Amino acid sequence: MTTALYADTPVEVDAEGFLTDPEQWDEQIAERIAEENGIPELSDRHWLVVRFMRDRYLTTGNAPSIRALGKESGVPVKELYALFPKGPAKLAAKIGGIPKPRGCI
Amino acid sequence: MTELLEHPTREETERKTIEKVSIVISKGSLEGIYPGLIMANGARMEGIEADLFFTFFGLDAIRRDRQAKIKVATVGNPGMHLPTLVGALPGFSALATRMMQRQMEKLDIPPIPEFVELVADSGAGLYACRASVDMFDLSLEDFVPQVRDILSVGEFYELAAGGEIIFT
Repeated sequence: MTTALYADTPVEVDAEGFLTDPEQWDEQIAERIAEENGIPELSDRHWLVVRFMRDRYLTTGNAPSIRALGKESGVPVKELYALFPKGPAKLAAKIGGIPKPRGCI
Repeated sequence: MTELLEHPTREETERKTIEKVSIVISKGSLEGIYPGLIMANGARMEGIEADLFFTFFGLDAIRRDRQAKIKVATVGNPGMHLPTLVGALPGFSALATRMMQRQMEKLDIPPIPEFVELVADSGAGLYACRASVDMFDLSLEDFVPQVRDILSVGEFYELAAGGEIIFT
């Protein structure tokens, strides 16, 4: 585990840069992580996905599958990939300050 | 005199990431189709480029008339741990399929028609094999709309250039 500095805030991250404690997260941190991962500006649609991922994780203890994300977040699968070309579930989890999704689907 | 061939160092042989995969689905049973779909979806989820090439009975996964009727192979499948004659009883394959589908639904694994759509929506290319299409006397109209084209083996290799090929 290492410490990363986002928006002047030190946060604990794992080897792949996912926050290990969701409590350390805030919106400025999210914007910095997004920038670092090829998304210079988070649109309302990005935020919708990021918040959905985060809320679902915080309430259920698990990040949603890409199937659930596409069906329930209000953003269809095609658009998810347009918003997060490098993998919507993985990237939205990273930006949302939750651990990397471990599921296969 | 023998000369020792230089052995590549670990660093030289080790690639850090996979950028692209081309997955061949050649079987028409439930357990023959799912692994390829899961691998294609998993690739896209990691931001890896993915294409799917359906050949022989694997074409059933993208055929409009058969896609929703894919069954588990209960005969000739030692993994079932059942006597062959039991697996051959009428309705047995349908029963095993229903049980497996229920289990997969619990794990949030979609049924095949929905899964094919999901994988296509995620940006993976879906292609049918020319030789198999001709052999079964099919055309592009027989396939779900997500199928982009019918390709020869040569065209498939062209498409797969620069990536990994996975045969299932």
